[in-house]
Amino acid sequence: MFTERLTLRAWGLMLPLVLVMLAVIGWPLADTVRLSFTDARLVGTGGGFVGFDNYADMLGSRNFRKALAATLTFSIWSVAAELCLGVLVGLLLNQRFYGRTLLRALMILPWALPTVVNATLWRLIYNPEYGALNAALTQLGLADSYQSWLGLPGTAMTALIVADVWKNFPLVALIALAALQAVPRDIQAAATSDGANAWQRFRHVTLPYLVGPLMVALVLRTIEAFKVFDLIWIMTRGGPANSTRSLSLLVYQEAFAFQRAGSGASLALIITLIITVLAVAYLALMRRAAGQGG
Amino acid sequence: MEHRSLGFAIFVHLAALIVALAVLAPLAWLFVMSISSPADLSAKPLHWWPDTIDLSRYRQLLTPETGAAFLASLRNSIEVAGMATLGALIVGIPAGWAASRNPGLGWTLGAVIATYMLPPVALSVPLYLILAKLGLLNNVFGLALVYLSILAPFVTWLLKAGFDPIPRDLEQAAAIDGANLWQLLRIVIVPLAMPVVATALIFAFLLAWDEFFYGLLFTSNQDAKTLSVAIADLAGGRVSDYGLIAAAGVIAALPPVAVGLLMQRALISGLTNGGVKG
Repeated sequence: MFTERLTLRAWGLMLPLVLVMLAVIGWPLADTVRLSFTDARLVGTGGGFVGFDNYADMLGSRNFRKALAATLTFSIWSVAAELCLGVLVGLLLNQRFYGRTLLRALMILPWALPTVVNATLWRLIYNPEYGALNAALTQLGLADSYQSWLGLPGTAMTALIVADVWKNFPLVALIALAALQAVPRDIQAAATSDGANAWQRFRHVTLPYLVGPLMVALVLRTIEAFKVFDLIWIMTRGGPANSTRSLSLLVYQEAFAFQRAGSGASLALIITLIITVLAVAYLALMRRAAGQGG
Repeated sequence: MEHRSLGFAIFVHLAALIVALAVLAPLAWLFVMSISSPADLSAKPLHWWPDTIDLSRYRQLLTPETGAAFLASLRNSIEVAGMATLGALIVGIPAGWAASRNPGLGWTLGAVIATYMLPPVALSVPLYLILAKLGLLNNVFGLALVYLSILAPFVTWLLKAGFDPIPRDLEQAAAIDGANLWQLLRIVIVPLAMPVVATALIFAFLLAWDEFFYGLLFTSNQDAKTLSVAIADLAGGRVSDYGLIAAAGVIAALPPVAVGLLMQRALISGLTNGGVKG
């Protein structure tokens, strides 16, 4: 056997990737860990060792708890809405109707739109003086006066979630559609002739095919939502009154606006830890679901 | 399916119409804003279609005299995305092939892909300090280097999945004929996997085109500022002409939207594979 030689060659082929990843991810991450135990400033002399002070300060701060709550609110609502809408629209796209091919093609558009353009577009739509939403609502008689959707704590978060859901539910719908097309027709027909109603057919025939792909979508969307920065930065900058300031925005402010590299680094690692725990929990769930399904 | 009632058919068509409107309306409005005069955009009640079509914003953005900053950001985006994509393919093709042919390397690839979980803020401070030390802040090379952290794992994963179904017989035949590793990759593997390589190239480019956070942190003026940062600047203040912001958005959205529409088949089959295997 020449397995050993092959493996050596294989390692040689992996080497450039591994080196690049160490340079742009491995080393920076290690340095973030180091910085998190110092009081280093972004510019100027390297700071001294402060132990777990940064972590304690961050975890104990009101800003952190508020940002964690905002991030959780944003993530839970947007991911839940994207999955529900995605499955419903996926089921719709799997039906027969005129223009089905066209509608499937349209679903690509929000997904393809750059995140920054999406955020900018919705910021314009929500504009308090000239925005399309205010104009549409008053012209339809659904509202008496113009509202500052992004300027009020009561509506800003919802407005952000709507913008995120609009961009991301089509992807979930396309994933659901792809999974639905793998459901054998004859099983559906057999279930129907056995007297299963629509809900029973969905629950016992269709859903098992959807669970795997949807779990993947759930994991990816949750990680993305938890990291959210671009959308909020452009639409509200974390306002009003920091009500939409996500954890990533808080790190940005701490490390770059206030130049506190050390405490910014500790906060960044806390976020990383939360995301890792979420991902591992999801993966364990997936394993269990797969085990039960098989 | 064939015995659906008329009521159900009407319901399905109505629902499809609502979904189509919900998806299209914001996009259509972006386009309408970009061709409406400032007067139309600030009229109350709002004009949903302009009295006269006003293409001045596109002219303003795309002529060198008035649109220097915008054109520079367009060029920077193309340069950064191009260089980062090239770099990602250079390291991703050999690694993807090695991982495809040696299941034992799966964990290495897994570790590389797991970096997707890292929020960019967890790397941003050291990256900023390194770039500052190397004099690569506000520099297209520096930004392209940073973008490798996003593009390289993605490209490698995509290529590995694309290399998997290519039969090994051809490689073995070429190896017996005395082809060395470089020839094997260049003459056999890459040509056979051309569709996958092309897909990886296009999606990597769009991923870089879409990036905002590192661009915001590491660039400061026309020398390196990318299109997404330039648009955020426009949206963030100073500019009071919403049509101008919308026109910049339309231009930035054109490449990915065109690619998305042209490649929807590849995209959807990619989703299925990724979803099922995932």
